[in-house]
Amino acid sequence: MEFALATLVGLFVATAVYLLLSRSMIRMLLGVAILGNAVNLLIFTVGRLTREVPPIVPPGESAPLEAVANPLPQALILTAIVIGFSMFAYLLVLAFRSYEELNADNTDTMRLAEPEDSPRPPLSY
Amino acid sequence: MASGVDHAIQPPPAMIEQATAVADWVLVWPVALPLIGAAALLMFRRQTAFQAPLAFMVLFALLVNAWILVDRVASDGPIAMTMGKWVPPFGISFTADLLSALLSGVAILVSIIVLAYAQGEVEPRDTRYGYHPLLLLLLAGVNGAFLTADIFNLYVWFEVMLIASFGLFILGGRKTQLDGAVKYGFINFLATTFFLIGIAYIYGLTGTLNMADIALRAGEIEFGPRITVTIIFVIAFAIKAAAFPLNSWLAASYHTPNASVSALFAGLLTKVGVYALIRILYVLLPATWSQTETLIAVIAGVTLVVAPLGAIAETNLRRALGFILVGGIGAMLAGLALSDPILNLPRGIFGATFYAIHSMLTMTALYLVAGLVERNTGELDTRRMGGIYETNSWLSILFLVLILAISGLPPFLGFWPKLVLIQAGVESTQYWLVAALLINAFLTTIAGSRLWAHIFWRSGHEGTGSETLNDRLHPLAGKAVSWGLVPVTVLTAIIFALGLYPAPLFDLGQGAAVDIITPDRYIDAVGLSPAEGGAP
Repeated sequence: MEFALATLVGLFVATAVYLLLSRSMIRMLLGVAILGNAVNLLIFTVGRLTREVPPIVPPGESAPLEAVANPLPQALILTAIVIGFSMFAYLLVLAFRSYEELNADNTDTMRLAEPEDSPRPPLSY
Repeated sequence: MASGVDHAIQPPPAMIEQATAVADWVLVWPVALPLIGAAALLMFRRQTAFQAPLAFMVLFALLVNAWILVDRVASDGPIAMTMGKWVPPFGISFTADLLSALLSGVAILVSIIVLAYAQGEVEPRDTRYGYHPLLLLLLAGVNGAFLTADIFNLYVWFEVMLIASFGLFILGGRKTQLDGAVKYGFINFLATTFFLIGIAYIYGLTGTLNMADIALRAGEIEFGPRITVTIIFVIAFAIKAAAFPLNSWLAASYHTPNASVSALFAGLLTKVGVYALIRILYVLLPATWSQTETLIAVIAGVTLVVAPLGAIAETNLRRALGFILVGGIGAMLAGLALSDPILNLPRGIFGATFYAIHSMLTMTALYLVAGLVERNTGELDTRRMGGIYETNSWLSILFLVLILAISGLPPFLGFWPKLVLIQAGVESTQYWLVAALLINAFLTTIAGSRLWAHIFWRSGHEGTGSETLNDRLHPLAGKAVSWGLVPVTVLTAIIFALGLYPAPLFDLGQGAAVDIITPDRYIDAVGLSPAEGGAP
């Protein structure tokens, strides 16, 4: 099971990196979404996989009686999902606004902040 | 986790039952207070008159708090508290050692100056869109990152900081800002994701997220996984700190937002990356140091030499300052490379701490002065500035003092951390890094004095005769003086005073470095001890 999930994480990361290397903003956004999911799966996998036993402490006990699923990765993933989602939402709006304002979906043509033919430094002094 | 053995006969796992002493709240106020303040400001976002006074109140309260915290940590050693009654290492711990407390205090000081400057710059519309709450949220994220002792929590504070900075970045909505924000946003998202991957691996390898607990257990990790995790962290924080091969996002974006915002970013954000790198490489994973040392040294050396060359070639004022800022990151990383957690050489970390404090203050002041220069001339390009000396000689004096400070010329503040770093280099016999530091100082002096000569000394535009005066200057008046020149002058006065009397920073920086190199007191403060071996 770990092996299958690890392979899946690897596949996700590879896809995400490929998409992020693209110059088109939409592809980069898809890469961002997939990378976020890859990391969530990774956290899930490294927390050790246990099947079907929820981490509930029986009444009167102070610890679970048998090996249970690790609850911590779930808390971590939940946090990471929320953060990743807000980040993705921001980047999505940013991509749309820059498409409107700069008329560019291609990061190569987005050169306002860094002009391509930047002037040579002054030679005085 | 649970093994199923006789838990019934053991006493229940101890929770912390007594309330935290009120005096210990100094540790959480740097995070809690700006969060509360930001929430309040957000609720009253239409009352623009109410925003600045409340933000100032929060920040001044934080400054007092930071003073108490630094004083206490300096005399009593690191202090810690764990959230939600959990016993460490299970709860989220906050721990302040001297490095955390110092950097958090300087971050608060810088924020006050930036907030004062912003009163003369931020438009009412941007105030309604939440400039003040975002600034407080950014500070909460920065302080949280400095003070937390839980590595996943560190990630969360990085994201708080990042999202607040996204908001500040695009306030104003100019086209260049959107362009810069695209680059800034994507690359920083990638850096924090790398950080999260590293956290996932280290959690899988040690089964804990508490930094003190990881520090105790990291030695047991096998070599292969350990070096992998270390390199992932180095990549993540090298992007955050803008170290050489990963620095181009900074020069592409930091000059685009409002001057107060880019000053705040220059002062705070990259230093958080350096801080995290120090914390993780020295406290968490010192066992890998003999492998990473060379890598960090090479990154530092190249950053030191390449960055100021960019500053010399650049004609956009704030972009040139961005390159100078990156050069400073090189100096801090050199400090990392010149220390050694195994051979117990703390002087490099001392230099890096000292340099970080200096860089936070001086780079913020430089960006703010650059903002005033841009307002004075109505230009972004140094070739079309010129002649400000005639209309505003005070501004030219401020800029000159700051340039000399950042280049590291005595008696200004930048000289002392560079001196410590060079002593550390001689001590650890890494002479080529000493050479890189000196070359960096030399090139930064050239870049800075060229900027000064072009902006202030020359009387007119590029290509005009030396007798032709620049007739497009708008002398600073009204708000640009009271909420522009005055805060910058105050900050420069602080930098100047610290340059003349650096003894307190010497003491504090040395103390901070000792606790980083031998983190026993840090681990002890969290509530774990090397003898017990951490969590059951």
